Order: sequence, then C-alpha cells, then structure tokens
Amino acid sequence: MRGEKAVTVRRQKVRRNNIKLRLSFFLALTAVLLIVALFADKLTPYDPYLQNYDISFQPPSTEHWMGTDRYGRDLFSRVLVGGQASIFSTLALVAIISVFGTVVGVGCGYFGGKLDAVVMRISDVCLAFPGLVFALAVAALLNGGIVNAVIALAVISWPKYSRVARSQTLAQKNSSYVHAALLAGDTPIQVISRHVLPNILGPILVTAMLDIGTMMMELAGLSFLNLGAQPPTAEWGNMMSSGRSMLQIYPWIVLSPGLAIFITVVIFNLLGDTVRDYMDPKNSRSR
Amino acid sequence: MKKYVARRLLQLIPILLAITFLSFGMMRLAGSDTVLQKMENTGTVVSQEVIDAARAELGLDKPFLTQYFVWLGNLLHGDMGRSYVSGREVFSYFVSKLPATLLLMAVSILLTVVISVPLGVLAAVKQNKLTDYLIRVCSFLGNSMPNFFVALLLMYLFAIRLGWFPVIADSVSFQSVALPAITLAIAMSAKYLRQVRATILDELSKDYVAGAKARGVKFSVTMCKSVLKASLVTIITLLTLSIGSLLGGTAIVESIFMWDGVGKMAVDAINMRDYPIIQAYVMWMAIIYVLVNLITDLSYRVLDPRIRLGGMEP
Repeated sequence: MRGEKAVTVRRQKVRRNNIKLRLSFFLALTAVLLIVALFADKLTPYDPYLQNYDISFQPPSTEHWMGTDRYGRDLFSRVLVGGQASIFSTLALVAIISVFGTVVGVGCGYFGGKLDAVVMRISDVCLAFPGLVFALAVAALLNGGIVNAVIALAVISWPKYSRVARSQTLAQKNSSYVHAALLAGDTPIQVISRHVLPNILGPILVTAMLDIGTMMMELAGLSFLNLGAQPPTAEWGNMMSSGRSMLQIYPWIVLSPGLAIFITVVIFNLLGDTVRDYMDPKNSRSR
Repeated sequence: MKKYVARRLLQLIPILLAITFLSFGMMRLAGSDTVLQKMENTGTVVSQEVIDAARAELGLDKPFLTQYFVWLGNLLHGDMGRSYVSGREVFSYFVSKLPATLLLMAVSILLTVVISVPLGVLAAVKQNKLTDYLIRVCSFLGNSMPNFFVALLLMYLFAIRLGWFPVIADSVSFQSVALPAITLAIAMSAKYLRQVRATILDELSKDYVAGAKARGVKFSVTMCKSVLKASLVTIITLLTLSIGSLLGGTAIVESIFMWDGVGKMAVDAINMRDYPIIQAYVMWMAIIYVLVNLITDLSYRVLDPRIRLGGMEP
C-alpha cells in the first residue's frame, strides 16, 4: 500500500505489559485525591466560609491561589472543601446503585419467574427515559439538596447494573459447577454468595469504576441547576453556578471549581480504564 | 416489513402507557394539589368546603386510576392543563418551544457526525500511531469535562474574549446556535469517536479486508466501499443511543446560553416548581427518545439486508 519497499526483517517491537504498574500508579493517585478530600478541613489555608468583603473578587495570587469570590472567601479553600461533597456523594451514589442493582439483578437472574419479568419491565421503563431528564424531574420533586440529588440519580441509574448482573448470573446459573454445588446440597443463597457473586463481580466492578466520572459530572450538573447541594455549602457544581453571572469580569470564580471537577473526573476515568484493561485485557481500548 | 412495523408499534403501547403513568404519578407524588396551589396564590384563607367543591369540579376527589385515565383522555386531545405560574396552556407552550430545541439538536448531531466519524476512522486506520494516540487523548479529555464547564469555557473564550459569538442567544441564527451546538457536540463526539474507532477496528480485522488487500484493491476503496458500509448500522445505532444524553444535556446548555427551547423552559419551570410544565417536558422527552429508538430499529432493516433476511418475516 505504501509503495515498494525493500523487504527487511523488522525487529519486532515487544510491548511490555505494564498494566500492573499503571494500575498501582492510578490507585495511588486516587488514594491521594481521596485523602486530600477526606482531610480537606485541615488542609485549607483559610476558612472556606469566612466572609471578608475587603478582599472580594481578588484574582489568583500567591496569597489566594485561586483568588477570592464575591464574599471574599478563599476559593482554593472552598474548592478543597467542595471536593468533599462532590467526591464522597458520588462514591456513595455509585456504591448504592451498584449494590442495589447487583442484588436485584442476581435475584432476577437466579430465581427468574414473575418477579424477574416485572423488575425487568420496570428497568425498561427507567431506561426509556433519557438519563438526566428523569433525574431533573425527580430532583425537582424532592426539592433539591445533595442527598435528594443522589436519590434522583440513583433512581434512574440502577437498571444498568441489574442488567449486567442479571445476564452474568444467567450465564453462571447453568454452568456445571453450579449444578454440582446444588447437588452437593448448597442452598440457593449459598450458591449465590459462594459461587455466583465471586464470579460476576469483575464486570460489575468495571462498570462501577467507569461510572464514577459520569456520575460525578451528572451530580455536579444537578448542583449547577440548583438541584443539588445548596449554597452556602461549598460544592463544585453550585460554586460554578453562583459564579456564572460574573464570568465576564471574574472568570476564576468559575474556572477554579471547573478545573477541579475536570481533574478529578480525569483521574477517576483513568483509573476506571485501567481497571477495565486489568480485568478484561481483551477489551482494552488500544487493542 | 409492514407486519414488523405493526408489531413494533404495538409493543410501543405498554411503554407509552408506563411513561405517561409515571409522569402522572410523579406529579401527584409532588403533593402538588392544583386546587391548593391555586388557592395559595390568591393569598386568602379558603374554607375546606370551597376547596372540596373545587376539587370535585376538577375531578380530584376521584380515585387515582380514574384521574389518570381522565388525564390520559385529555392528553390525547392535546390538553395537558395549564401552567401554575403563567396560566398558559401547557401543550401549546411546549410546542412553541420545541422547534428551537430540535434545531439545536439537529445542528449538534450534524456537528458530532462531521467531527467524530472522520476522526474515528482516521484513528482506527492509524491504530497505535501518534495520530491515533492524539485523537484518543482528546476524546478522553472531552469525555471528562462536564458540559456546563465546556459551555462556560467556550463562552469565556469565544464570546467574551474574542467576541465572535453573542453571549446570549437572543435570536435563532447561525451565530447564536453555534456555541450551544458546539458544546453539545464536544461531549457527544468524545464518546462517539471511541465507539466509531472500535467499530471500524473490528471491521478492519475481518478476513475480507485482508482478502481485498491481497487482491490489490486500493485501501481507500476497501474503506469507502466495504468497511464504512458494513459499519454503518453499528455507527447509526451508537449515534441514537447517545441522543438520550443529548436530550438531557440540552437542559443545562440551553439555560446557560439562554437558548429559548424546551430545556430552558424545563429548568425555569423546575426553579418555580411549575409541575404541569415539568411533567410535559419529562413525558415528551421520553416519548421522543422512544420514537427515535424505534425509527433506528426500523432503519436497520432498510440499511442491512442481513437483518431483513434473518428476521421473522417469511
């Protein structure tokens, strides 16, 4: 294709499989992020809620790394503390939907029958609504607040997990080792907890890891529309929302929390991709 | 084909019923009794008898299911009640806002296809080369940015700093649709590009590609005449799947750019707790989404003869 070339024996480039190295690097990075978020209260250089009108709207400087907002609050401190709300509510959300979805999916897949039919139709309906649209409505019903935003997103997001868990369980259910376990006198609960669950956790973990970034962005989106954490609570989405009208003159008020979301989501997505490659090398993105 | 379409339309009925039921139920759950809402707005204390009479008049004293069917009947006549805030007819209000959103969606889908199909194909052809690597990094970064951040960044750069586009979309024109559409297209392309790349890579690894190469067929010919054609169905499916996130994304992006469509209408209604409008928004968005999926399913059969032959038709 690329014209005539002299035939030479090219030295094969051997790609070293450095997946373990990558995995530990991103795990460490995520750990740092989580530790910073966990101890954000103690790491802040200033009180994130202290108002001081003498220093309002200061651009980023050595004193205030990300500048100050309308009330003279230090943005860097607020971004640090805001991370707590954003990161931990996202993790809680993903934990809730993955556990709930898995339990439902495994139950449906293993026991089948009417329950399965009903639950799967319910998840069909949940999937018929375009994601954020339904979450918007639920959040509006529940009147804002970060807990309600988490509930709203949980209500629409669990079917994805129950689908994965169900199809995986169906595949395991008819395998011979499960039949053997049943013949040996295991109860269904024992079969599920000892044999089915350990074998299906991989795909669910991968789904959950890849979901963290998306969920964080959707949660921040709800906050941005004032349906999540309410001011004066520092949370990245609502910090951006309250700084939005001042974008023209004081862009750092919006850009600092925006960058924080961006970087955090990048880290979680990198970790998610790496976990996926680690668990399922065949599906690697670069192939 | 006709039979198949009829069957699919029949399957649509329970889904549509579920969507309307859920939208109706959510509205009731909100505890938003129309009568109380209206009475509260008048600002005077109203006796229980007056409230009961008004409820009976509106049919709100009937059982839940009866109310649902009455509501559904009205819905079929295009009557979705009136807005609590403006008192306008919800349905006609919604319809008046819809074209702007559809225009925005059409432009963003067009942009997405124009951006991600060529780049996805390029990345697949240059697999594991620098080009592929760069494209993948861009798609990864685009995937990690929430759309409201992209919107504000674009607004800051192109509207405020460079002044190329208006900050607020005060009219429906090329200039004002550009930024919201680019915002939506960036988020969609980032996801879609990866999928296009994976699809093309899948197709390229098939034997017929090697066969064509061995027979001396130009690579560009194989690409355009066979690979692209064969991947078309997957590419279209994936595009429709991303329309779901597009529908949700329009709400945020429209309200940032003041684009006067249904998304902005919904966000405004949510802030004022104007439930009839929220209800209309949720229901119609779900219906549009379901219909888009149906049309895709039907289009497969036109595009891919294998499905037509392997299907249930005699």
